[in-house]
Amino acid sequence: MKVLVCVKQTFDTEAKIELKDGKIAEAGINLIINPYDEVAVEGAIQLKEKNVVNEVVVISAGADKAMDAIRTALAMGADRGILIKQDTAADEYARAVALAAVIKEENPELVLAGHVAADDGSSQVPTRIAEILGYPHINVITSLEIADGKVTCSSEADGGTQVTEVSLPAVISSQVSWNEPRYPSMKGIMQAKKKPVSTVDAVAADNKIKIVEYALPAAKQAGIKIEEDPDVAAAKLADWIMNTAKAEIKK
Amino acid sequence: MEFSYSSDQEILRQSVRDFAENVLGPGVVDRDEKEYYDPFTFKAMADLGLMGIPFEEKWGGAEMGMLAYVMAIEEIARIDPSAADTLSAHVSLAAFPVRMFGNDEQKEKYLIPMATGEKHGAFALTEPGAGSDALGMTTKAERNGSHYVLNGRKIFITNGAAADIYIVFARTGSKEEGSKAFSAFIVEKGTPGFTFGKYERKMGLRGTQNCDLIFEDCHVPAENLLGEVGQGFKIAMQTLDGGRIGIAAQAVGIAQGAMEKAIEYAKTRVQFGKPIAKLQAIAFKLADMAMEIDAARLLTYRAAYNKNQGLPYSIEAAMAKLKASETAMAVTNQAVQIHGGYGYTREYPVERMMRDAKITELYEGTSEIQRVVISNSIINR
Ligand SMILES: Cc1cc2nc3c(=O)[nH]c(=O)nc-3n(C[C@H](O)[C@H](O)[C@H](O)COP(=O)(O)OP(=O)(O)OC[C@H]3O[C@@H](n4cnc5c(N)ncnc54)[C@H](O)[C@@H]3O)c2cc1C
Ligand SMILES: Cc1cc2nc3c(=O)[nH]c(=O)nc-3n(C[C@H](O)[C@H](O)[C@H](O)COP(=O)(O)OP(=O)(O)OC[C@H]3O[C@@H](n4cnc5c(N)ncnc54)[C@H](O)[C@@H]3O)c2cc1C
Repeated sequence: MKVLVCVKQTFDTEAKIELKDGKIAEAGINLIINPYDEVAVEGAIQLKEKNVVNEVVVISAGADKAMDAIRTALAMGADRGILIKQDTAADEYARAVALAAVIKEENPELVLAGHVAADDGSSQVPTRIAEILGYPHINVITSLEIADGKVTCSSEADGGTQVTEVSLPAVISSQVSWNEPRYPSMKGIMQAKKKPVSTVDAVAADNKIKIVEYALPAAKQAGIKIEEDPDVAAAKLADWIMNTAKAEIKK
Repeated sequence: MEFSYSSDQEILRQSVRDFAENVLGPGVVDRDEKEYYDPFTFKAMADLGLMGIPFEEKWGGAEMGMLAYVMAIEEIARIDPSAADTLSAHVSLAAFPVRMFGNDEQKEKYLIPMATGEKHGAFALTEPGAGSDALGMTTKAERNGSHYVLNGRKIFITNGAAADIYIVFARTGSKEEGSKAFSAFIVEKGTPGFTFGKYERKMGLRGTQNCDLIFEDCHVPAENLLGEVGQGFKIAMQTLDGGRIGIAAQAVGIAQGAMEKAIEYAKTRVQFGKPIAKLQAIAFKLADMAMEIDAARLLTYRAAYNKNQGLPYSIEAAMAKLKASETAMAVTNQAVQIHGGYGYTREYPVERMMRDAKITELYEGTSEIQRVVISNSIINR
């Protein structure tokens, strides 16, 4: 069985985001595999280690730099990589179209991805891919079992867990709690050099959305400190809550 | 000349950094406070493949080169200097001499398990009367049929009783033979007559183990002679030349870790109505740290590069080790200074980092010995 894992290259989650000319400044920012996708890669490798699948292919749509994300996944243990060259300004729709076209050609039994990207956080791409390909889709999974051409997953649901079974092929997207991704080992990094990676151009698709503006969250306001005796302080605080913070008080 | 990393090196740095932060990081304070070596640190680093970075694939390594090796040490030391030392004493001081001077049988038997991390190595040169002056060694090895019989005491040995394989230096010749009077041996733990003595209690690097090795009529098979009879001193010195690159990397990592803590603290500590990072007196300290660390790092990378290319690296390694260790000491001292009174307490890691930094000016040749090496090379050429 062949598994295809979608990986996106994103900013390091600890990176400090700054805007330059109305766009996110990329200079000096460390790029990593989207942590949710990393979990999907780990899940795929574990399936291979259990002999449930025999090939793990990673695909990434993005700039040339995204090759590093593919290399990292190969160093973790994936077998092969495909870089889909695409403008980083592509929206979720265009990205899903590009990925789905390659997935269709590769024709894997299972498609894995992280359920959300740490940068834009839109949570759309795996669902769109499933829709384009007409595959069943399970989202935010925390466990996965494959047997008799079916895949059974636990996923997060409001206040509990939901167990879902779908037939293969399917698109499954992971929650971070599914597993603990391994660190690429030294041997893995060296073996990755010998693994095949191909590059293809993205199929043309126009964006459906237009980003009008980026803005950073407003800087956190300093708190207030009331240094008085408790009886005075309580009254002052109550006054501040009602008249300055204008908190809505429900009775 | 190029100043960029390959994609493999970038992946390695990220992997080792994440590993150090998440796997080694949580136990650092405990190992320091309770002063114990935890075999888990060696095992975890071995599982990641760190023990084989510079060795050829056929000897169990990853064949990634010296630069990759020093980058890994740096990243480990940034979080856990003790673990970095456990790593570099094993790779640089125990596995490397077997790689450089061992025959194929010895490499098969000792280098492969050390490169994979299945076996743990140590290097035993120092004695009570022979520190900087290694020629003062009195441990003796006498040939007796198919064996050498070792008698003597080694002190301060890193990885101490935790190791499995020891590179031991001993006198095999007379005084007149000078530096040719010594030989190197591979001694396995459990060899009759080989026991452990006193454990050191240390200022820093308290997550490593150091103890005395005692040899009393210890019979070592003659095939465990490393290199040739009389080559011991040369083996020790060449091993230490390489080892110094590892210590330099360890020092760079410690300094980097301390600078990051100092920056973080300076940006959040408010005095006189503003973060102290806004005071030029503090900002300039941080500027000096960044510059000194970069200088030390570049010297370290050059020494690693030379060793990798088969170019001379002895002086380069001495310079890198001297610069990096003095930088680590100065940077950790200033990092404590920037933390004010808090820096002197164990609430903050810079206190430990300063203690951990000090050793880098002492072992594998003190700073004075590095200056002897460097000055000799420029005066007596
Ligand atoms: C934590 C730790 C780990 C160690 N690990 C190992 C190990 O794994 N294996 C091993 O074999 N050894 C190990 N050592 C020993 C270490 O290498 C020695 O301590 C070091 O070489 C210095 O020797 P010494 O302590 O005898 O000091 P000494 O040689 O007595 O030096 C004392 C002082 O005199 C100075 N001095 C000496 N000679 C000269 C000179 N010619 N010119 C100018 N100044 C001079 C020194 O620089 C120093 O300041 C370790 C030591 C420690 C503390
Ligand atoms: C062991 C110990 C014992 C102590 N005992 C006592 C005691 O008995 N009684 C008592 O009252 N206190 C005591 N203290 C507190 C001690 O006096 C303070 O820690 C010290 O005054 C520094 O203040 P701080 O730690 O808040 O550092 P900070 O004032 O936060 O200083 C942090 C750094 O910023 C620098 N800095 C701050 N302001 C400026 C500036 N304007 N320009 C340039 N640089 C600046 C400092 O020099 C320092 O490098 C003790 C502290 C320790 C660690």
